[in-house]
Amino acid sequence: MEQTMYTVSSSPHIRADHTIDSIMKDVIIALLPAVIMSLYIFKWEALWVMIFSILSCVGSEALWQKLTKNPITIDDYSAVVTGLLLAFNLPASVPLWIPIIGGAFAIVIVKQIFGGLGQNFMNPALAARAILLASWPSHMTNWTLDGVTTATPLGILKAGMGEVSAATLAAPPAFSQLLIGNIGGCLGETSAIALLIGAAYLLYKRIIHWRIPASFIGTVFILTWIFGRNGMFQANPFYEIFTGGLLLGAFFMATDYTTSPVTPLGQWIMGIGCGLITTLIRLFGGYPEGVSYSILLMNLAVPLLDRYTHPKVFGEVKSNE
Amino acid sequence: MKALTFKRGIHPPHGKHYTENKPIEVLMPKGDLIYPMAQHIGAPCEPLVKKGDRVLLGQKIGEAKGFVSAPIHSTVSGTVKNVTPMLHPNGTKVMSVIVENDGLYEEDPSINQSKDYKKMSREEIINKIREAGVVGMGGAGFPTFIKLSPPIIENIDTILINGAECEPYLTSDYRVMVEESGKVAEGLRIILHLFPKAKGYIAIEDNKPEAIAKMREATKNDKNIQILVLKTKYPQGSEKQLIYACTKREVPSGKLPADVGCIVQNIDTVVAIHRAIVRGRPLMRRIVTVSGGAIKEPKNFKVRIGTTYRELVEAAGGFIEKPAKIISGGPMMGIALFSLDVPIIKTSSAILCLTEKEAVLPPEKACIRCGKCVDICPMNLLPLSLNVHALHHEWDDFEKEHGMDCMECGSCSYICPAKRHLLQSIRRGKKTILANKRK
Ligand code: SF4
Ligand code: SF4
Repeated sequence: MEQTMYTVSSSPHIRADHTIDSIMKDVIIALLPAVIMSLYIFKWEALWVMIFSILSCVGSEALWQKLTKNPITIDDYSAVVTGLLLAFNLPASVPLWIPIIGGAFAIVIVKQIFGGLGQNFMNPALAARAILLASWPSHMTNWTLDGVTTATPLGILKAGMGEVSAATLAAPPAFSQLLIGNIGGCLGETSAIALLIGAAYLLYKRIIHWRIPASFIGTVFILTWIFGRNGMFQANPFYEIFTGGLLLGAFFMATDYTTSPVTPLGQWIMGIGCGLITTLIRLFGGYPEGVSYSILLMNLAVPLLDRYTHPKVFGEVKSNE
Repeated sequence: MKALTFKRGIHPPHGKHYTENKPIEVLMPKGDLIYPMAQHIGAPCEPLVKKGDRVLLGQKIGEAKGFVSAPIHSTVSGTVKNVTPMLHPNGTKVMSVIVENDGLYEEDPSINQSKDYKKMSREEIINKIREAGVVGMGGAGFPTFIKLSPPIIENIDTILINGAECEPYLTSDYRVMVEESGKVAEGLRIILHLFPKAKGYIAIEDNKPEAIAKMREATKNDKNIQILVLKTKYPQGSEKQLIYACTKREVPSGKLPADVGCIVQNIDTVVAIHRAIVRGRPLMRRIVTVSGGAIKEPKNFKVRIGTTYRELVEAAGGFIEKPAKIISGGPMMGIALFSLDVPIIKTSSAILCLTEKEAVLPPEKACIRCGKCVDICPMNLLPLSLNVHALHHEWDDFEKEHGMDCMECGSCSYICPAKRHLLQSIRRGKKTILANKRK
């Protein structure tokens, strides 16, 4: 045996197989059922929105990092995930400059300016959606299904609550339609089943923890059940949790690593807070849907949550001070 | 019964298939033997011999200095070649006695003296264990006689024998339980003799059914000994985690197991106690697993302390592939070596020769705040936050967030998808804070 020097480094000497890009790839895999359903429901329109959104996100990340002379990290797939999630939050009928502007905003303004992956304090896709909605509300709420203008189930429910408005006084779609997704809405929020399959994959692969989605959905369920739209205990809470962006938001957006707490208690509070705000907006607010605003608002609370929810250290003695 | 466990933790691939079915092989040393005078926690020993002296097998060659220390014995007969600083498996140079083996194995008259432990007093037994140089052989090397002498004997109600062996690749404790279950049981009986109020438990992970069966068989007539089955999870064998798993007691931060009525001993240590008391032999040999993808024939050896790592690797057929990393101990907590020319000491549980593929050290990326390190830290710390404090030299925050409680299990670095060197920075933080305090 010859005399060789070996690599010396600090323990541990073995590392788990997963990496940032393997996790991002798994998120993309988990989104695929919803991608397929949106292609099935919205056809070519959906495809173009997704392609332009992803291209805009990946392209602006590469361009920004090149201009600022930082290492280009588009190979971690995180910009692809952002692009896909942004597309999922857009109606199929938007003009294609919308996903382009949205993607660039999400990546450059929300993510990169704050230091890139892991540093941003708001969910990039949701922040972009909020800006797009504020700037071009008509494009962002133009729901079509098979080329016909329609309303989202929540829009119909909301309209039914207030003064009767002739245009939308249709009956809300049947529960079975919600599961498949043959309803008006954003690309990614229509098919509950597709989202649940993806969610199951993420939970099984332990990419996400069930704390946030369970507390988020659970809170919406309980609150809408109690304080339903037509009086106490009158609503069908199952209908409420399968409509709108709740499943998409709870499993795929509120669980975003960077913009959710790292402590277990913080994650519970995040989920409950999201559920609370969503229900408030849905039942009493000016918009039919509140998932994305609730997540964005709770995003802002994450640094505080992380700070004040440190777990009790093993063997920590209660101090008498 | 449901397997016992602690909270959080990780499931690294266990890599034990290499050696778990390889019976222990006795390896006689070929070359010189090297005895570093520091093989335990505490004050190093003072050499009792000088160049040119003849030493006998079992002769004390290093005298314990101070209370926390343990004497060192020659494991062969021969001539002292030199007394000089030599490379220690922890990577530093340590004063060592080098003995040229004459191959006669002539025994020192002081050894092999024994009598029935049931007729010995507590002091006699403790003294014998101390003189035999027995230390914790699971890694830390704390002198065993001190562990067996808690301030209030009556407060100890639990003697836990740690057969978890939760570190990947390691199979030495497993083989001992399978092949020498009688000695383990007898060693535990000796300890229980010292603690008449205590019950004995041997805790074994549920991926070692044969060891569980063998130990059950060996203790079936002992009313005060019970075999506990643990969930296979890392770091199940960490002292505080093991105590929690078996008794649901939490050892308070900065306190010792004895403070919650427990004493934990490692499997090989129990066998060493048995040999010291029943056969009058000082601690001269230990079981070492030689494993890893780069080793031709991975094996478990019974080897004399002082034998070099190189001899063990050669006895295991040498390398089939150039190893990227040589590790003394397990892959989670072991120390990477830059040379094989270091001796087996009392605490060397394994030599791992990992291939490039096994020992990948991926580049560090930015933290994505996935929270995985928080979810698995057995001490319930926030490794990502300690990492930031350590890198920014925010020592007050580091201490406030209990960084000093980190037990250096490495689970956080293992699980991190961004491959951050979390433990490395935390360890450096702890060292810096201790150094600052000493100033
Ligand atoms: S912080 Fe320390 S105790 Fe916690 S997982 Fe990391 S090494 Fe283990
Ligand atoms: S596991 Fe790594 S990436 Fe995840 S929060 Fe901890 S340090 Fe950050």
